[in-house]
Amino acid sequence: MALYIDGVEIEDTFAEAFKMWGTRVVITAHNRYWAQQAALKMTGFATSVIGCKCEAGIEGEPAETPDGRPGVSVLLFTPSKDDLGKRLLERIGQTVLTCPTTACFNGLEAPDQISVGRQLRYFGDGYQVSKMWRGRRFWRIPVMEGEFLVEDKFGMQRSVGGGNFLILGESLEATLHAAERAVEAMQRVPGVVLPFPGGVVRSGSKPRSRYRFLPASTNDAYCPTLRGVVASALPEGVNCVLEIVIDGLTLAAVEEAMRVGIRAACQPGIRRISAGNYGGSLGQFNIHLHQVLAESNKDEQR
Amino acid sequence: MTTLILKTEPAVPLEAEKIAPDHFLGKTASEIAALPLLYGNEAVPLGEFFSVSGNGSAEITIEGDLKRVKWIGARMTQGRIIIRGDVGMHLGSGMRGGEIVVHGNVGDWAGAEMAGGLIQIHGNAGHGLGGAYRGSPRGMNRGLIVVTGNAGNEVGAAMRRGVIAVGGEIGEFAGAFMIAGNIFVFGRLGARAGAGMKWGSIIALGEVAELLPTFRYSCRYQPVFLRPYLRMLANFGLPIVDAHLSGHYRRYCGDLASLGKGEVLVYDQRQ
Repeated sequence: MALYIDGVEIEDTFAEAFKMWGTRVVITAHNRYWAQQAALKMTGFATSVIGCKCEAGIEGEPAETPDGRPGVSVLLFTPSKDDLGKRLLERIGQTVLTCPTTACFNGLEAPDQISVGRQLRYFGDGYQVSKMWRGRRFWRIPVMEGEFLVEDKFGMQRSVGGGNFLILGESLEATLHAAERAVEAMQRVPGVVLPFPGGVVRSGSKPRSRYRFLPASTNDAYCPTLRGVVASALPEGVNCVLEIVIDGLTLAAVEEAMRVGIRAACQPGIRRISAGNYGGSLGQFNIHLHQVLAESNKDEQR
Repeated sequence: MTTLILKTEPAVPLEAEKIAPDHFLGKTASEIAALPLLYGNEAVPLGEFFSVSGNGSAEITIEGDLKRVKWIGARMTQGRIIIRGDVGMHLGSGMRGGEIVVHGNVGDWAGAEMAGGLIQIHGNAGHGLGGAYRGSPRGMNRGLIVVTGNAGNEVGAAMRRGVIAVGGEIGEFAGAFMIAGNIFVFGRLGARAGAGMKWGSIIALGEVAELLPTFRYSCRYQPVFLRPYLRMLANFGLPIVDAHLSGHYRRYCGDLASLGKGEVLVYDQRQ
């Protein structure tokens, strides 16, 4: 059955998402600027596990932080538990510890935990000091500016990576505008991040290539310049495609983000909303666009 | 809720470690009244000194002048004791969990060697608050003690973990031989604070009598780790202002006669 929102066709297809492990880090600092700086560095070069070993993004700015200072909440995802510990340690150690005035707190209560402060404390070269607060252990590591305060352990949980949808538009301007509106709406959903630049990716991929050394290559079926050369998936009149990829701490959060994102992306000049999948053979979660939006309609009717 | 009202003021100390939720839970009022207390050197039933109402529950309210009643809540692990009136020595000594709230003054050794839970004293506390008994290797080891009034000497002596916060003054030798933990004092910090301390923090937000010469000045800075503690303590009616969170502190490290990894942080009044 065809589904349209504001004249935009929603293709009856699904996004194929994957099991991940995720964690939430709350970075605080003397002011908002430095909290943002640390968060931007920590989430830099973290768009895809294929090339970056992890995916990360800024979730938002929590109204309340453990030390009462301005803070930024960051989500980080990896395919395995072990990787999550390694990546978190590297990134906090290189980007948060180094940033003036920051402190770093666990933002996820979960039974599975990763030692972070417990490892980073050795940077204190024996002058580090442990503090307990409400059953949580922190490390005070002396640095040239004063002290870096970091929580001993961070929670992690099974998460979902690779939720996505494609915006098929008539022009670059219309598609970019729709993607920006979608990102704006999705950033208000807690528990998800959009790991690509500005939340948007233009280089969707397929999991194969003609080159033996390359496991993934451009998604030629959605490249407008290849229409007429390959079996194009693009309807007539579509000249630009942008993708939004979503990682979330829960499947429900990813679905909610897709729901609000797709609705916001239905702008003038957009012909179709689709989604990236591999036929359902690779990912553990198939998120059907019509079902996700049907939930939205139910909510509205309630 | 169980309510105990002191009906006969003891002439000599009454040792009442049976007054704790762990001993009351599931008992009837008459069974509670039959619990043995130690009066001087003889065992007496609780009912001889207290009128008991209500069945044994996790919450106990005690009223009366309890200055000669010792060991209330000692080694308790759960529940809540509310005391309206002054209370004697060893309140909550060795307690592991639960909460004791006192609307009155408290004798010496309150919370000594406690290992968890919360003691709130809306009044003054005596000597040895959260400290170690003579010969013991360590005092308080987890938990929180909040005193809105003053406290005596040797507060948090040899404490290992936890937080002690005193809204008023503290006597001498606060945090002596401290192993770790935090002592906050909002009034005057008495002499010889932190003598022999290894680790741990003594945070003075008011006047400081004197520091031992074995404490060495480090710097003036804004310790971020204090902020979560101060925000938590602000819920207990202590005189915390925003400037305490964001202000500068002078750090003195010591005791260099010991390990020297402890500190006295003195709030800089000249912000």
